[in-house]
Formats: sequence, structure tokens, C-alpha cells
Amino acid sequence: MPKDNTQTDGGIGASTLRREDIRFLTGEGMYTDDIQLQGQTHAVFARSDVANGVIKSIDTSVAAAMPGVLAVFTGADFAEVGGNPAGWLINSRDGEPMKEPKRPVLAHGKVRHVGDAYAAVIAETRAQAMDAVAAIEADIQELPAVINMADAVKGGSLVHDEIETNVCFDWGWIEDNRAATDAAIKAAPHVTTLELVNNRLVPNAMEPRASTADYNKGTGEYTLYTTSQNPHLTRLLISAFVLGIPENKLRVIAPDVGGGFGSKIYHYGEEALVLAASKKLKRPVRWTASRSESFLTDAHGRDHVTKIELACEKDGTFIAFRTETMANVGAYLSNFSTVTPTFLHGTLMAGNYTVPNVYVNVKAVFTNTAPVDAYRGAGRPEATYSIERVIDMTARELGMDPVELRRMNFVKPDQYPYASAAGLEYDSGNYDRQMDKLEAMIDRDGFEARRIESAKNGKLRGLGLNAYIEACGIAPSNLVGILGARVGLYDAATVRVNATGSLAVMVGAHSHGQGHETAFPQIVADMLGIDPESIEIVHGDTAKIPFGMGTYGSRSLAVCGSAMVRATEKIIVKAKKIAAHMLEASDADIELVDGQFTVAGTDKSVSFGEVALKAYIPHQYPIEDIEPGLEETAFYDPANFTYPSGAYACEVEVDPETGKVTIEKFAAADDFGNIINPMIVTGQVHGGIGQGIGQALIEQTSYDSDGQLLSASYMDYAMPRADDMPFYQVNHDDGTPCTHNPLGVKGCGEAGAIGSPPTVVNAVIDALQRGGKNITHIDMPLTPSRVWDAMNAKGV
Amino acid sequence: MYNFEMTRPSTIADAVKALKEEDAQALGGGQTLIPTLKQRLAMPSILVSLTAIGEMQGVCMSDAGEVCVGGATTHATVAREATAYPGLAAMAARIGDPAVRNRGTIGGSLANNDPSACYPAAALASGASIITNSREIAADDYFQGMFTTALEEGEVVTEVRFPVPEKSHYEKFVQPASRFALVGVMVAKYADGVRVAVTGASESGVFRWTEAEAALSANFTADALGDLSLDGDGMIADLHGSGAYRAHLVKVMTGRALKAAI
Repeated sequence: MPKDNTQTDGGIGASTLRREDIRFLTGEGMYTDDIQLQGQTHAVFARSDVANGVIKSIDTSVAAAMPGVLAVFTGADFAEVGGNPAGWLINSRDGEPMKEPKRPVLAHGKVRHVGDAYAAVIAETRAQAMDAVAAIEADIQELPAVINMADAVKGGSLVHDEIETNVCFDWGWIEDNRAATDAAIKAAPHVTTLELVNNRLVPNAMEPRASTADYNKGTGEYTLYTTSQNPHLTRLLISAFVLGIPENKLRVIAPDVGGGFGSKIYHYGEEALVLAASKKLKRPVRWTASRSESFLTDAHGRDHVTKIELACEKDGTFIAFRTETMANVGAYLSNFSTVTPTFLHGTLMAGNYTVPNVYVNVKAVFTNTAPVDAYRGAGRPEATYSIERVIDMTARELGMDPVELRRMNFVKPDQYPYASAAGLEYDSGNYDRQMDKLEAMIDRDGFEARRIESAKNGKLRGLGLNAYIEACGIAPSNLVGILGARVGLYDAATVRVNATGSLAVMVGAHSHGQGHETAFPQIVADMLGIDPESIEIVHGDTAKIPFGMGTYGSRSLAVCGSAMVRATEKIIVKAKKIAAHMLEASDADIELVDGQFTVAGTDKSVSFGEVALKAYIPHQYPIEDIEPGLEETAFYDPANFTYPSGAYACEVEVDPETGKVTIEKFAAADDFGNIINPMIVTGQVHGGIGQGIGQALIEQTSYDSDGQLLSASYMDYAMPRADDMPFYQVNHDDGTPCTHNPLGVKGCGEAGAIGSPPTVVNAVIDALQRGGKNITHIDMPLTPSRVWDAMNAKGV
Repeated sequence: MYNFEMTRPSTIADAVKALKEEDAQALGGGQTLIPTLKQRLAMPSILVSLTAIGEMQGVCMSDAGEVCVGGATTHATVAREATAYPGLAAMAARIGDPAVRNRGTIGGSLANNDPSACYPAAALASGASIITNSREIAADDYFQGMFTTALEEGEVVTEVRFPVPEKSHYEKFVQPASRFALVGVMVAKYADGVRVAVTGASESGVFRWTEAEAALSANFTADALGDLSLDGDGMIADLHGSGAYRAHLVKVMTGRALKAAI
């Protein structure tokens, strides 16, 4: 594969403008809610306004008789169908499997969080359905809510009575390392302990969730248009687990999707409801979430309460990381909720470091809150935050430079492949080189002068620098199967060459902001030596694309992109055979250069387009040796995760009078391996850092003790805006290629959200320390009031 | 949203008449009312839009030298045209965002009297006169607590008259999510004394900080606030800050407004 990152011909390495932006920026996108079907009806859900309650009765008779009402559903209508399953089985330390209470289509018997849907009305108009929902008489006996995880683990009120506990599992990683880690920490000359909260986040995709079902009574086929990051997975869950609709009778289409950030990976009950309703009514049934429903029912992210210890020698050499975490899973297990705080978190707890002992204990806890699942970064931001915060604290305690402490413990370039103490094998990286770049980018040497200048204006200036590593391209199937995954984690691509030489590439990955429609053609075009504009990416429709696992975990390029490479390689092999026949040569002598098949050492050649035409008009064709047509599919199952890494720096000013933090500088030096489209990568990093800054400074998901979501609208939930953001300095040149996928790529979608929260917090703590405040930690988000409260606490 | 009728009269008299209908509701720029309707938190029978009433539009000067703002004038217009009162224009220029400023109106803001809105602080600090279809109300009598004013049912704010101060400034510390004022302070120096009005902070809505007014009336300098402080009791406490924090911010914002005014 060519790996030249400086190409400008539209192939690999070109910063081609995103072709999909034309339709997005001119209002021509086709989102689920834009799809209008003949005879469509509208679903509106009745949602619980209490966090925990027994459904004594639901009287729908008045609602059912109201104008325009076509059907009313309650949980009883779905009592016989399956639950929405967790995609990953986690076993507790004692070997017991996790507790898996059923997650029904509609709440039945009990409601378990504010927003839990217990009934739905289908009507001719949305307003009629809303009126009828208001007329449903539900007698729900409120029970004490379980909101705080520390309370939940003690028992008392239960989220799910049938499992007799609020603890889903109590997981140890690696359990065999527990005793050695405990002993190492006990014997260590220095141990730093940090208790922290990784704050719960609401995903806030710009497009709310929406689902429209269309049952065709003539064919018995269902079509579901839905906001999904992985239409095949959604179809599989609905078919095999929930409604039992045969896969061949269910087509799932995820058209343009306006952001997901993880929240649209999962199957939700609303999808099953509209399908069942469409079958019953023989008419299309549509539903689009209001923004309030998004806040209350989209799977939230993060929400860990953690104690981390770092043990080290007096000189700073790391001896052990030990972590105890409570991870909130909310009221029900969302599809990836069990793997996110375990394998996507615990396996990263060695960070970028040559630490010999790592042990992680995670208790997953049910509470009467919205389900929590993977959100941009998914487990790895939690790991990175814990590690990089405690290292900064250790450096302060030891009186060492935080960068030097990190450097002396970094895995070095000559140590790859490196088996981390948390069970992963890092294949490549160069953390010192990234840190070198970072220190130059942020002008670390000039910091003191800038700090003095800030002080003249009454501001406290601080600098945070840290590293991160993540595991992306989630795979391989054999390994994840051993670890409890109930799905495979490969991906697939079909490359279809049209008769006139243009291409359609059908991919299992789904693009909802990632720019696949632009970047993927760059790869195929580069391999074939043709114009990327002649290649179309087809995604998001189970009737068109091969069975792929979709887009999350920064896996699309590393896994689906690799499948695309393999399929294209098959195309080249076959095309060379056809060309050899056309040129009356041996296919071993055919070379493909710049879209021309040439007999080596001669001037005899045919173009890619001529070969394509021959494949579909196979006159004078060696039909006994070669099939007509030019279309190939490949499934790719990687050998390992990929390991993007990087070093991030942030410089802040704190206004000591108000507690307000402003970000003055931010630099990111990332190693994503090889880069396909540098502009898109830069955009992904910008967006990720934006979300990381949001988490670090302003995004606050707050439930009161009754389980009411206090931050349930943009009046109280702060999203980062342009003027909250600094001008980023971003660099992802000179990456160390992934060693095991054909593109040498690692993935870039989540890095910004993973690396940046600790950087911001480290910078703020640094500013406060330099300002003479004895503050070692503040929990995110570092809102002005929280910073001011910390600065004005007794003894500070 | 529930169904409602809509009318858009062109005179104050017609608007007042329309508002006599049962469950009629006046509609200014709709920046609060429309979201409320969308949430089904209000069910008016008819909305009476005030935006087509020419006599309620625009900024002018009265013979007494007051800046007069029509009740249906948008914040953007005030920001652009209230040049005779720079502190007021600058305050209007920082309300919400451009979309809000080009729809929201002074009358709507004052009639709603959101405890975190900017306009109540400006009106109170200026000792403005709130003119309605039936009377003139002094700002000191107008604001009566969160979302509560002296307006009677069906009474319309047709104009607001601002005496122009010698010096003034509005300083706002925004709530990170809504970007309403977590605390906003307007300081206005008149020949007969200084007025300091605070929004966002108190459970009783906009209020005058009389101790600060006395101190600044005696000595309009940056350090005149000295050891003055406010108590956190009675201040709004929520996930964006405690009462003590808001009380502290009132002092900080007052100091900054003062510095900018000087």
C-alpha cells in the first residue's frame, strides 16, 4: 500500500473536501424524520415522571376513544416478546455471570427511570397522539428511588426486584494479578491515592433519535428507517432477540444520521414499538424524539466513581496501578453497557507506561436513571482520566516534573510489541516523540513569561500536559469471544465495478459525521489508480450492504477500511486476469499503474475502464477460466486492536474572583498511524477535544435524590460553543503505522475526547497550585462555581 | 403545543381589545412564550401579537431627555439605536444571541420579568418609567418578584422611558448553559445619586443593592465598595451555584461594572 501522506491527487493522504457536506450544508440531507410515507401515522410515548414505581394499572380506554387514535400499546402487549439484550457477558470475580434483568419494549410491572416509556399511542397526527397520551390514566405507585451508586450497592430499594441486588457484576482485571498488585502497593515507597468522579454526560447528537416502520402487508416485509450507527446490528437484535421478525423479512435503513457519539449504536424499544404497530395497523408508523426525550432516554455516557492508587519508587519508577470503580449502568443494561466499563476501560489501565502491576475492580451498579453506555471514547476516557490525573498528583507529591515522570515510565520505541500489564499487546508507538512535539507546540519554555503576564491581570495561569493511549478497531472476534462478546467484530465491504468503470463500494461501516463518503474512495482510488470521484460509497441499508458491524470505537477505517482493501485486492487479481487475456499475456506479467494494466516491460496496455467493460460484455472472453462481472466482497477480522496514542497540552487562565476557567492554548500531538485524509482527521480531533473540554468544564448531568433530571434541557445542560473553544494546535504527522492492518491506520474518532479531559483538569489544578492554593483535585465539570467553592473552602 | 387562534393588530387599542378575550395571551418576540407553548406548559385561546403595532416600535428621545423605547422594539434595535444611552445599548447588545436579539422585545422581557433576564436590571438601575396602555409605572414599583410585575391582566407595556445617566455599565456573569445572567449588575450614575440593580441572583427577582448605591453615591470610585458584602440567604441556589457564590458574584460584578463605568 502506498503510504505517502503528502499526495495531492485525491488518493491516500489528500485533504479532499468532504463531498457529503454539499448536501448537509445545503439542507439536502435525508434524515429519518425527512422520510414521509403515504398513509403514515404517528407514535407518541407515555413516559414515567417518577424514577421508581409499581405500575398498578393503566387505563387506556379514554385515550383509545379520542379523535384520530388508531391504537394504544402498553407493556402487557410485549410481555411475550424478548428483551433487548446486553451484547457482552461479564463474569464476576467469583465466576458468577452478571445479572441480566429483562429490558422490555415498554415498561411492564414497574417503571425504573424518569422517561421510561410504559405506553404508546398511535394516531393520525402527532398532536392527536399527544392529546391521547395525556388522557392515559396510569396508576403508578412511587417507590423510593435509587440514584446514588454508594447507596445502591448497599441494597435497600431495588431497581430490579428479581435479581435481589443492584450490583450487576463485580469484575476483576486481571484477577490473577490482584494479590501481586496488592503486595506491590503495600511494599511501595510511595503511593498516591486519588478519588474522582468521571461525570455523566448526555450525548446530545444534533439529530434526535427517530424511527419509522413500514410494514408491507403484500410481502410481509418490514422496513425500519432509524437513526443507527449499525443497521445490521439493529436488525440482528430485533430479529434474533426481541420481536423475532425473520432477518430476511426485515430491512433496516439508517439514512443520513446527524451524529451519534455512541448513543445510536444501540437498539431502543421505540424501534420495536413502531415495527409492531406498523404490522398491527398495516400503515407506516413514525416517531421522532423531542429534545426532552433525548435528554431523558438516550443512553448517557461515563458516570464512574473511582479510587485509583499509583505506587512508585522514590525516583518515580512506576510499580503498580490499582483501581476500584463503581460504574453506573442506569436502570437497564444497554447493549454495550457491560463491556464499556470493563474491557474497554480495565485493559487500558496501564496507560502508556511500563508498569509491572495493574489491577482493576469494577462494580456495575443499577440505579433509577437513564441507561449508561458507550459514549465517544467509551471506557478509555475513564481510564485515561484516572491514570493521567493520578500521575500529575504523584509528580506533585514527589516534587518531579510531570512530563519527566511520564517520560521515565513510557514504553520505549524498541519495546514493541509490548505486552502491557493490563493484558493488551501494543503494536507500535513513540510516546517520547509525541511529547517532544507537544512541548514545542505549546511553547512550554515560554510558559513562565505568560504566567507572569496573566498574574499582572489578576489571573492564575496553569499548564497541563499528559499522554493517552487507547485501543480502537475493536476486534478480533476470536479474542472478544473468549472475553464474553456475543457478536463478532469484523467488518465487510463489497466493491462493485460498474460496466463503465465507475464503482460502488458497499460497506458495513456507517457514516454519521465521519466523512466516509469522501475518505473511503480515496483508498480504493489510490489502489486502482482511478479518480475518486468515480467511486460511490453505499452504507446504511441492510438490503444493500454486506453484514458489517457498523461504526463505533474508531473502528471504521481500521476494520471496514481494511475489508475494503482486501476486496479491492481481489478486484485487482481478477482484473489482471482479464487484462492478461485482452493483452494476450500471462497475468503474472500484468502491472497496474495509474489505472492502466500494462504488460511489464512493454508498451502494451489496457485501461481499467476497458477491463471493466470486458468483464460485463464478455465477448471473446475466456469464460471457462474467468467468471464475467467484476465484484468482490471481503470480510476482515483484525489480528489485534489498534493503539492510537498521543500527548495533549492545555494552558488555562483561572479568574480567582469568579472561578471561571478560560482555555488560552490547546495542543494535540496524536499518533494515528497512517492518515488517509488529514483534513478530516483534524476535524475529528477538533470535535473530540470540544467534547472533552465540554466534559471537563461545563457538561453536568444532575439527578436529584428523587431521580428527576435537573439538567434536562439546554437551559441547564451546558454544551460547549465556539466561544468556549480555543484555537487548537493539532498535529498528527509522523505516526507509527499499525503493524497488523493493510492500511497501517489506527483510528482517530475518539482521541480528542479521550486525551483532553485530564489535560484541562491538570492545567486548572496547576494554575491553582501556582496561585498558592492547596487544591489537589476538583471533580469535573470544573464550572466557575465549583472552582470558586474549592478555592474558598476551609483550609485552602 | 395546543391549538390556538392568532391575531396581529396594528394599534394598541386593538391589541388591548383582543386581550380581553378569555385566556388571551400577548405575544412579543416569543422568546419565552413560544418554548413554553411547545412544551405544552401554556394553553392560551388566542395569541395577540404585538409586533405589527407601529406606535410600539423604535427608539427616540423625549423632550425631557429620556431615551424612549417602544414596547415591541427588539434588543437588536436598542443595541443599534439607543446611542444616547451607551450603557443601555451595550446591555441590549449582549442579551442572548443574535437570533434572540432580533426577535425578543423589551416589553416582552419586562412583562415576563424572568429573574435572570438583563432588561429588568437596566430598567431598575435607570429608574425607568414603564408606560402601559393605561398608566405609567415607576420601575421601583413595577418589579414585584420572580415573574411578577405590577401589570394587570391584559395590560400592555407600550413604551419604556429611560432617564440617561452620566455614567453607566452593565456587567454580566453568564450561566454556562442558558447564558442568562447568573448574576448581572447595572450601575448607573445620575446627578442625584447612583443606582445599582442586580438580576439573576435573588429569589425575589431583580433588586437594588442599596448599600452599594449609598457608598457609590458618596464616592464613585473603583474602591468605594470597600468591605460591603451581601448575604447568600435569599439568593438563588441551584446546580450552577450556591447562594453564597451568587452573593459573592454580585460584589465582583458590581466592582467590574463600576470600573467600566468610570
